[in-house]
Amino acid sequence: MTLGEESLLAAVSRSAYSHRFKMTDAPRSVFPHRHLLGIEGLSPLDIQALLDLADEQVEVSRQIEKRKTTLRGRTQINLFFEASTRTQSSFEIAGKRLGADVMNMQVGSSSVKKGETLVDTAVTLNAMRPDIIVVRHHSAGAVHLLAQKVDCSVVNAGDGAHEHPTQALLDALTIRRNKGRIEGLTVAICGDILHSRVARSNMILLAAMGARVRLVAPSTLIPPGIARLGFETFTSMEKGLRDADIVMMLRLQRERMNGSFVPSVKEYFRFYGLDQEKLSFAKPDALVMHPGPMNRGVEISSDVADGAQSLIREQVEMGVAVRMAVLEALASHLPNR
Amino acid sequence: MTAERPLLLKNARLIDPASEREERGSVLVRDGVIEALGPQVAVSDDVQVIDCGGQVLAPGLIDMRAFIGEPGGPYRETLKSAGEAAAAGGVTTVVSMPDTSPALDDPAVIDFIVRRARDTSMVNILPAAALTKGLQGAEMAEIGRLKEAGAIAFTDGGRSVTNAQVMRRALTYARDFDALIIHHVEDPDLVGQGVMNEGEFASRLGLPGIPREAETVMLERDIRLVRLTGGRYHAAMISCADSAEIVRTAKAKGLPVTCGVSINHLALNENDIGDYRTFLKLSPPLRHEDDRQAMIEALADGTIDVIVSDHNPQDVENKRLPFAEAADGAVGLETLLSAALRLVHADRISLPRLLRALSTKPAEILGLPGGRLAVGAPADLIVFDPDAPYVLDKRQLKSLSKNTPFDEARLEGQVSITMVAGRVVFQRETM
Repeated sequence: MTLGEESLLAAVSRSAYSHRFKMTDAPRSVFPHRHLLGIEGLSPLDIQALLDLADEQVEVSRQIEKRKTTLRGRTQINLFFEASTRTQSSFEIAGKRLGADVMNMQVGSSSVKKGETLVDTAVTLNAMRPDIIVVRHHSAGAVHLLAQKVDCSVVNAGDGAHEHPTQALLDALTIRRNKGRIEGLTVAICGDILHSRVARSNMILLAAMGARVRLVAPSTLIPPGIARLGFETFTSMEKGLRDADIVMMLRLQRERMNGSFVPSVKEYFRFYGLDQEKLSFAKPDALVMHPGPMNRGVEISSDVADGAQSLIREQVEMGVAVRMAVLEALASHLPNR
Repeated sequence: MTAERPLLLKNARLIDPASEREERGSVLVRDGVIEALGPQVAVSDDVQVIDCGGQVLAPGLIDMRAFIGEPGGPYRETLKSAGEAAAAGGVTTVVSMPDTSPALDDPAVIDFIVRRARDTSMVNILPAAALTKGLQGAEMAEIGRLKEAGAIAFTDGGRSVTNAQVMRRALTYARDFDALIIHHVEDPDLVGQGVMNEGEFASRLGLPGIPREAETVMLERDIRLVRLTGGRYHAAMISCADSAEIVRTAKAKGLPVTCGVSINHLALNENDIGDYRTFLKLSPPLRHEDDRQAMIEALADGTIDVIVSDHNPQDVENKRLPFAEAADGAVGLETLLSAALRLVHADRISLPRLLRALSTKPAEILGLPGGRLAVGAPADLIVFDPDAPYVLDKRQLKSLSKNTPFDEARLEGQVSITMVAGRVVFQRETM
């Protein structure tokens, strides 16, 4: 048993949720994947194990002494082809709290061309013998391509409009800690679903964990054919939010609000921006989430974002915990000598 | 609001185009709506009576396409003058186009039109808002907010949206608000420098032509996009036989598509341009006689849903020019009914059928309660003698602009009374 496995199993067995996790069914490794490329491909068991482990990391992060040794001597490269403040710093803190040597590589997307150059970058980095590479890229599928070219573990920190698995996991953790469960909850994901990797990862995860997922957006921002995948879609916030337990807002990129996908900020806020009135359609104890960074007055009003039902700040804290859990889970697959 | 005396319109030939029923009788109007109708109508003592003298009584006409110069061009037409022209022509509801200055692409401007029309116009004027900002065809306008402000439909008026992606997104987005998109189907690139129908006659006159494909290519594209998006779509005007076939096929497939034709394309053809008469320079251009015949057939078989006046007032400065340099457009509110009655007199269509395309169908497409002669329907009514002959004198037109293609034309059928919401807004002196 490797060091990583040992601590992971220990964490799971200590977890408040471990009773749901049948140890006897567990494969040799609790988290049976070398990479985390997406939520797709994870079983509910995998997801639950990561959430249980993340619960432990929350406690670690709240101690004065936050440093663990799980990744001692390991090298983690954060390779970001797309600008990010929150996700990159979250991964950096997570790696450091686990004792890894963390290197941030900010690659301006303009200086990097697609295809072969990405592969070249991967091959070059691989030669430096990292243990974990955390990648964000503007093209869907780029992280998968990179993962094929390296020997270490790869974590997807967002690829195009495809997946952002750690965001979905931190959202799930936030929901579970506040509602005590995910199964049976009605979650309304609202806004720019078409361009959102956060939405895709969340849809897959929440559906896998037994939540009822609704998508609420103008038709121009709903991916064509998505209703056939079994998600309920609504073009009215009033109908979409009715009796929702969780209202998850998405960021609308500035270049999409001026007549291309929606006519204007004013119109978007009028019909799709979450204010107190629209929030009142949801359950009285509904909770509000947003992956950040927020456009106040575009997709969400300030009083809702800062209000009592908002979990937005807690999501950031859970981000570090979930990323620690993911790194630790993957560490169990790293070669030990 | 003080209760007005009920009004009985008696001794009339009642035509309800919605049911295509016809009978002799009376209509009782109270509080702006039809309270009772039929051969025998019980009335109270305080009723005011108008004898229709056996003339036709039908729902007021609903014109889905008129350009009005307010705001920005009040010398061409104001909401008030357009209302007077409409009332004299039997048109009780006018959909105004957003091609104004500024364009009707802002909820505040729509609100202005709604209020101004209510204060100054004797007929209902319902503004259609711009589909794209500034009618530029690049960015969609605020469809939701404009609809809340009172926009009845969305269109770039006399312009086509050439960018298919913009059109696709607009159709998709409009669907969420159940908004109707009205589109002028004329590809400006295929129009090019053209000023009249492409063909023998244009070649003889030495004028650059506009191929029918400028219309059919755009119409076909739109219908593919309707199939993709499911948006509610109305082709403002078609003008040629191929277009009728395209719409017929789309309707057979069950697509949410309707279309209109201008009165000019039913009554006139390219030969009427004659000696470079600029009042017959239109967009789309007048076509060949075969196309006109196809338009009449498509109207009779229901492929074409509505007839519009395409009322487009232009002052002398814009029309007293060499043909190619003159502005497009003709006034039409006052001659709409008379010109359309030519088809009835030529036995090409029944009177109820014709009135259907002038009232019932536009009401259905726009979601209005009018266009029918029934209890509870708004008392927007007209009384007319379909056979009364007259020669049009453009100086008699109420419209501020006199660019009619029917000047000195012999017409039959004139409105005697026009009533909006139970009030007589026009009454011909001979009545």
